[in-house]
Amino acid sequence: MAKLKSVEAEVAQDNSLYNKKPWLTRARPYLIIAPSLLITIGILVPFVSAIFYSLTNYSFRSPNWKFIGLGNWIDALTSPEYWHAIWVTIQYAAATTISEMLLGLGIAILLSRETRFTKILRVVLIFPLMIAPVIATLIWQLMTNNSVGIIEKFLNLFNIYNFTWSSSPKTALFTAALIDFWVYAPFVIVLILAGIQSLPKSPFEASRIDGGSAWFTFKNLTLPMLKPFLYIALIFRLMAAMQEFAIIFALTKGGPGDTLMNLSVTAYNTGFAFMKFGKSLPYILTLWLIINIISKRLVANWQKVMKQASGNS
Amino acid sequence: MFSENQSLLSRLIQNLLLIIYSIFALFPLFWMALITFKSDLQMFNTTFFFTPTLDNYKAVLIGTDYIKTFIDNVIVSGGAVLVSVIAGVPAAYALARFNFKYKEDLAFTILSFKFAPEILVILPLFMIYQKLHLYDTYLGLIWVYQLITMPLLIWVVRGYFEDISVEVEQAAELDGYPWYSVFWKILLPLIKPGLVASALLAFIFAWNSFTFSLQLSGFNIQTVTVASLRYIASDTVHYGQMAVAATIAALPEVILALLIQKHLVRGLSFGAVKG
Repeated sequence: MAKLKSVEAEVAQDNSLYNKKPWLTRARPYLIIAPSLLITIGILVPFVSAIFYSLTNYSFRSPNWKFIGLGNWIDALTSPEYWHAIWVTIQYAAATTISEMLLGLGIAILLSRETRFTKILRVVLIFPLMIAPVIATLIWQLMTNNSVGIIEKFLNLFNIYNFTWSSSPKTALFTAALIDFWVYAPFVIVLILAGIQSLPKSPFEASRIDGGSAWFTFKNLTLPMLKPFLYIALIFRLMAAMQEFAIIFALTKGGPGDTLMNLSVTAYNTGFAFMKFGKSLPYILTLWLIINIISKRLVANWQKVMKQASGNS
Repeated sequence: MFSENQSLLSRLIQNLLLIIYSIFALFPLFWMALITFKSDLQMFNTTFFFTPTLDNYKAVLIGTDYIKTFIDNVIVSGGAVLVSVIAGVPAAYALARFNFKYKEDLAFTILSFKFAPEILVILPLFMIYQKLHLYDTYLGLIWVYQLITMPLLIWVVRGYFEDISVEVEQAAELDGYPWYSVFWKILLPLIKPGLVASALLAFIFAWNSFTFSLQLSGFNIQTVTVASLRYIASDTVHYGQMAVAATIAALPEVILALLIQKHLVRGLSFGAVKG
């Protein structure tokens, strides 16, 4: 961190020179960034138009459309589907993020010891993370298949037959969250593990000499020092879990019934399956709004935590 | 960081927990690869011991257009990474080295593209792509994939540039090199390992992407993730072929992941954690 600061200072000094230079030199950074911005923002023009179209009755089926004001929004806000979708979004995000964060932290701590076993495991456990969520869902559907799946055969040993997995409303969320956990727990693990390995040794030695218990050390030393890493993992996981689409869509398309219809899947179904473009937008704009608010909040907190951790506050 | 003189029992429990997790994480992959060699008949009455066959591979590779899908995926993902590298690396350099108004705002705008709900992007884009004739084209997909690959490359590569001491550059500039040759001849070779790793990670993310290609391409171009849906949705009893499709889609990524291990944490956290 200190090194970064000095680099920043040097760069700033460097730039005081640039500021006296001609226009082209001052415009240079903008010109260099422009292509990348144009490419990405170009694709986001429609993103802005989404707000506009949410005020129309546009449909992919008919070319004629007109302004209907807040009609789509009122329809959405007064429909049970809308609130159900928000509830499913919260349930899914909570189930996956909490389990991945807690167990991820635990496994990362177990992996932080230096043995031959942990060294190998650190490399191979990222495999699930590298696999497309849709492919992961495919694998788990094979695993849990009631006629050929290996898990079914395993459960048969315990006299459990035909476990319902994604086909029953009672177990569908669990199944989807299990697949999500399988794919993304390694993400949390490798991030926290990197954090643990970057921790300074001396505070822990001091604590040991003072006779601090393992729990005391964990609560008062490890956790506070890991905070920046925990935050990063949390931000990335929560943002993705709230808009998860691939796993749910590949697993049940939102079913059985409407069990797994979160905001993303509901918007997709309304927009593409039922071709009601204008109607689908309040769902996804709501999600965008929620994500925006939460991510801003979390990023601000993360920056605060970073400052505390580096002792610059 | 944890004391080494733990009791035998506690070590035993720790190892046991790790073994349970590693079975959970890795067994599905092993099993998937295993049943690709199992015939449809043996699928029901055997578990681990059976007569291996290559019929499933033949059925998928020769009997369907899966190879074409695979090539499509390479073109789209590779093209997306290429565009992101060409436009993104100079941008990362500017963000790392120059000080200018709205710098952090610009950087965060680029990052925010990553968090934009993909459905929100494809709903309007579906309509616009059809008007612009970008629907179901390589160019269209490569363009929209920029939302995946560009933020990643810019943020990670920016960190690699920041790691290089400014003095290196200043020395070169004193020697009379213009800034672009400093960039080309001195900085790029220094960040090359990091750049290659980030590009490969971006490739993996693009390869895995599902939502964009689900709705913005259809008959001409199909990516592996979308094509594999076919196997989930249909009531097929060809489980071995399902496994082949999954294995072929997963294999390149597992190999790439091994190549970029060292840079993985940094890439995954968009440069926030310098692993």
